[in-house]
Amino acid sequence: MRVTTKPNRLSRRTKHRLAADAGLLVVAAAFVLPLAWVVLSSFDPKADLKVRLPDSLTLDNYDKVLTPEITFTPLLNSLLLCGGGTLLTVVCAALAAYPLSRYKSRLNRPFMLTILFATSLPITAIMVPVYALFVQVDLIDTMQGTIFFFAASQLPFAIWLMKNFMDGVPKELEEAAWTDGASPFQSLLRIVLPLMGPGVAVVTVFSFVMMWGNFFVPFMLLLTPEQMPASVSINDFFGNKGTVVYGQLAAFSIIYSTPVILLYVLVSRRLGGGFALGGAVKG
Amino acid sequence: MTTAPHTHRAHRAHRTRRALLRALPVSPATILLLLFLAGPIGYCAYIAFTDLQLTGQAESSFVGFDNFREAFGDERFLNAVWLTFVFTVLSSLIGQNTLGLALATLMQRASKPIRTLTGAIVVTAWVLPEVVAGFLLYAFFRREGTLNAVLDFLHLPSQNWMFTLPILAVSFANVWRGTAFSMLVYSAALNEIPKEITEAAEVDGASGWRRMWHITLPMIRRSIGTNLMLNTLQTLSVFGLIWVMTRGGPGNRSQTLPLFMYEQAFQKSMIGYGTAVALLLLLVGSLFSLIYMRLLRTEV
Repeated sequence: MRVTTKPNRLSRRTKHRLAADAGLLVVAAAFVLPLAWVVLSSFDPKADLKVRLPDSLTLDNYDKVLTPEITFTPLLNSLLLCGGGTLLTVVCAALAAYPLSRYKSRLNRPFMLTILFATSLPITAIMVPVYALFVQVDLIDTMQGTIFFFAASQLPFAIWLMKNFMDGVPKELEEAAWTDGASPFQSLLRIVLPLMGPGVAVVTVFSFVMMWGNFFVPFMLLLTPEQMPASVSINDFFGNKGTVVYGQLAAFSIIYSTPVILLYVLVSRRLGGGFALGGAVKG
Repeated sequence: MTTAPHTHRAHRAHRTRRALLRALPVSPATILLLLFLAGPIGYCAYIAFTDLQLTGQAESSFVGFDNFREAFGDERFLNAVWLTFVFTVLSSLIGQNTLGLALATLMQRASKPIRTLTGAIVVTAWVLPEVVAGFLLYAFFRREGTLNAVLDFLHLPSQNWMFTLPILAVSFANVWRGTAFSMLVYSAALNEIPKEITEAAEVDGASGWRRMWHITLPMIRRSIGTNLMLNTLQTLSVFGLIWVMTRGGPGNRSQTLPLFMYEQAFQKSMIGYGTAVALLLLLVGSLFSLIYMRLLRTEV
């Protein structure tokens, strides 16, 4: 009996696997087309809107956009905005998460519930009042104002994640340090944060990636072209200047996207995929 | 007798001081959140009831519910509400959610290289900056773009998608960009289902669909709930993607609430009216956020 059913079951399993493979390949093909367009067009001297193999390959498109005006200044602005915002977010989140994770207080639960609530508010909705407010307090068109807002908008999720990661570090390790006379701040810096290194990395990378790709916030809060990050300056390829050079647009898109893709790969490799975000939100 | 309350008070003072000291590290975050998040939300609730404008008048005055009354009598507002609803249902509820679950389920059975490849492609679409995603999908849906080239190749009728079905085009764009999140959430959830349960059902002869309906779905229902909430909240605040692809047009046929809000507040300089729209969006978001918290309530 067993001997006769076994190959049968095996082949059914193989059939299932082949069907699953085929299904995934169809979806992957549909998803890859827009990505293929941007990669191929960036090397195509005669790029248009269709995905196709270029007749000849060129680096001209990259050469043309790699100027201070088109690429370097906006990327530097992005780096300044997102680097500053991320630094502020991570420092504030780590400090805030420590007492929330370590000490019992009646205020912890309401605080965490408020944070959880704020995590999922549609930030887009408050950009109009933020603009009006920034005009009144003279923060409009300033890097620091935009950095503050970036940090505030990212903080709820960062605190939430950071606290969950911190809860995973056993308290006993710190208690030993305390008996040796270390202050809570020292134990946070020397023991807890190093032990939750991957967690800190996730919060940092996630905050940075979110800010790097954000369009609406700098679009609203910054006015001077010289201060614009890449997420907004990319608009200049379109509209204003008449014909669009798609090859150059593609090349710029690739340059602008590469840092976040690399960061993502780096973090997801270390944490075994899923970005640990799946785990953080699955409930 | 007289010392007892005194030491009690000293003890309490000590405890208060300790509590304050312990709460100190939370203060930078709290200050930032109050100034730059709670502040604007409060300000939003205030100026939604005024006739604040960008230009011309320096003073604004309180107009009560006028902005809201105007909104609900404004065809363009109702159009934006309807399109936001369509956009959310199509792209988040149906698109991202179902496709994400389908991908996660297929990945359980597929061979490793194909699973990895598909995962990488779908996640790349998710990691890309919003505006880049917008451009890629713009190129894809344009008349002379890739989709029509593929349809021509298959001898299927092509059309100017961004003109004939703009809301469908931006919804597909949102599915392309957002499915990875659902895929990751569902993959994590499916991996946690014990193998014995599904295998037992398989031995009992339950078909794939029945297993899905009676075993898998009930077991991951909490993940489904939270994923739906988060997808919906994400979709409610999409601006850049639609802005890049259609600017809300042609006419206002892909103008969802965030784009309508932007147009009223800045292109028409009616900050008060635009903020009233923002407040409504915020209220809808809060409602979803509260449901999401109920789903997570055991976590905190």
